[in-house]
Amino acid sequence: MIITEVIHWFGDGAHWEGQDGVPTRFAQHLVISGEAMLIASAIALPVAIILGHLGRGGFLAVNVSNIGRAVPSFAILVLAAQVPSIGVGDTAAEVALIALALPPIVTNAYVGMTSVDPEVKEAALAMGMSGRQVLRRVELPLALPLILAGLRTSAVQVIATATLAAEVAAGGLGRYIVDGIAESDYAQVWAGALLVGGLALAVDGLFAVGQRRAARASGRRPLRPGQVIEEPAELVTEAAGQGTSGAAGQGTSGAAGQGTSEAAGHERAERTG
Amino acid sequence: MHGGEIVSDLGQHVTLTVEAVLIGLAVSAPAAIAVRSRPRLAAALLGFSGLLYTIPSLALFSLLGPLTGYTTRTTTEIALVSYTLLILIRNFLVGLDGLSPDVIDAANGMGFSSLRRLVRVEIPLALPAIVAGVRIATVTTIGLVTIAALFGQGGLGILILTGLQQNFHTPVLVGAILSVALAVVADGVLLLAGRLLTPWSRTRVVAR
Repeated sequence: MIITEVIHWFGDGAHWEGQDGVPTRFAQHLVISGEAMLIASAIALPVAIILGHLGRGGFLAVNVSNIGRAVPSFAILVLAAQVPSIGVGDTAAEVALIALALPPIVTNAYVGMTSVDPEVKEAALAMGMSGRQVLRRVELPLALPLILAGLRTSAVQVIATATLAAEVAAGGLGRYIVDGIAESDYAQVWAGALLVGGLALAVDGLFAVGQRRAARASGRRPLRPGQVIEEPAELVTEAAGQGTSGAAGQGTSGAAGQGTSEAAGHERAERTG
Repeated sequence: MHGGEIVSDLGQHVTLTVEAVLIGLAVSAPAAIAVRSRPRLAAALLGFSGLLYTIPSLALFSLLGPLTGYTTRTTTEIALVSYTLLILIRNFLVGLDGLSPDVIDAANGMGFSSLRRLVRVEIPLALPAIVAGVRIATVTTIGLVTIAALFGQGGLGILILTGLQQNFHTPVLVGAILSVALAVVADGVLLLAGRLLTPWSRTRVVAR
């Protein structure tokens, strides 16, 4: 039975050491994915946040993600590996992963910024905040749940595609699947699949927790228009509750709840890897 | 030169996609209708389909291998269908939950049975959300079918795989461009079909 074979596979000490050992492959997978996410975020977040703050370029920001959904990640990987200066290996994987991670980050951050209630922004300006202060202290906290939703979508997709990267000779957990299939060693295939599946679910779960916290926090931080600072504490809490169900709290329920809001739509709309 | 092969790959790609989306619909519609007034069950179902959705495709294909065969059509379709469930069920629920209570009351007042109300009132009114879900599921599936080539299935992924094996980028580009073009065309066709099906809704349906 495959199950007992897989248990044997995991029980074999040889699979936990050296270049092809689980710790090494796991670390490679995390490094390839993590680096790609960092670089993609460094490119996408500033652009999307500034465009969203200015309320410009919406057409581009939204359509980039629609087209991105249709581009097969496998093709991007192979094409990256075929650029002469890149060649097969980890760099090709990295380039492809960055390209794939960009659209969800851009779209969600942009939508997050533009969905901040204009009245809240006006109130902040009326309180004497500068444009930069409004951006940092009002818009960003309110947009954070959606920004995280975009990062979550990208991260899960990057982990999935990093698996596929084994097809272009990159390291990582995909090696077990690709090599296992080539060698008809199906215990190895299953072991790799379980490791990758577990990693994807764990990362998704971590982002879900972060998103929930951000949504809760963003519901509380900014004062709602019309709300006076001297208000009794219970009124402030009530107003904070309303904030959570508004634009900022859209991502709160996530996949586990009735995750049916607009944000949930953006949150999980990508799957190409 | 390779025209014949390309057309047959494209045909297989379309067949694999259509099958997956139709089976996905056949599973999602009754499931969503069954759980719609039971929030806990609905949450559990969405949670489960979200879990399936999160598993990387290469892993899902591999995990199914010992059960349904590594290179069978069944394995491919099960994996592809799994990925449509979250999107389709979610949009069914959004569509059905978003109806005005007045409409339901009116249907009840006219003496509609719950089945008749569902078929004649609720599903038609939920169509914009359902069609939006079908569009996303279709576009997503078209992208995923390229991976099925690694598991002995046809489709445009064959071109990408050939390009990889021969270290020749033309077939890869052709495969990728055709896949994107197919997605754009399918999305447009479904958008139009949705508008024809719901002539009363003038507002544009935004893909979620």
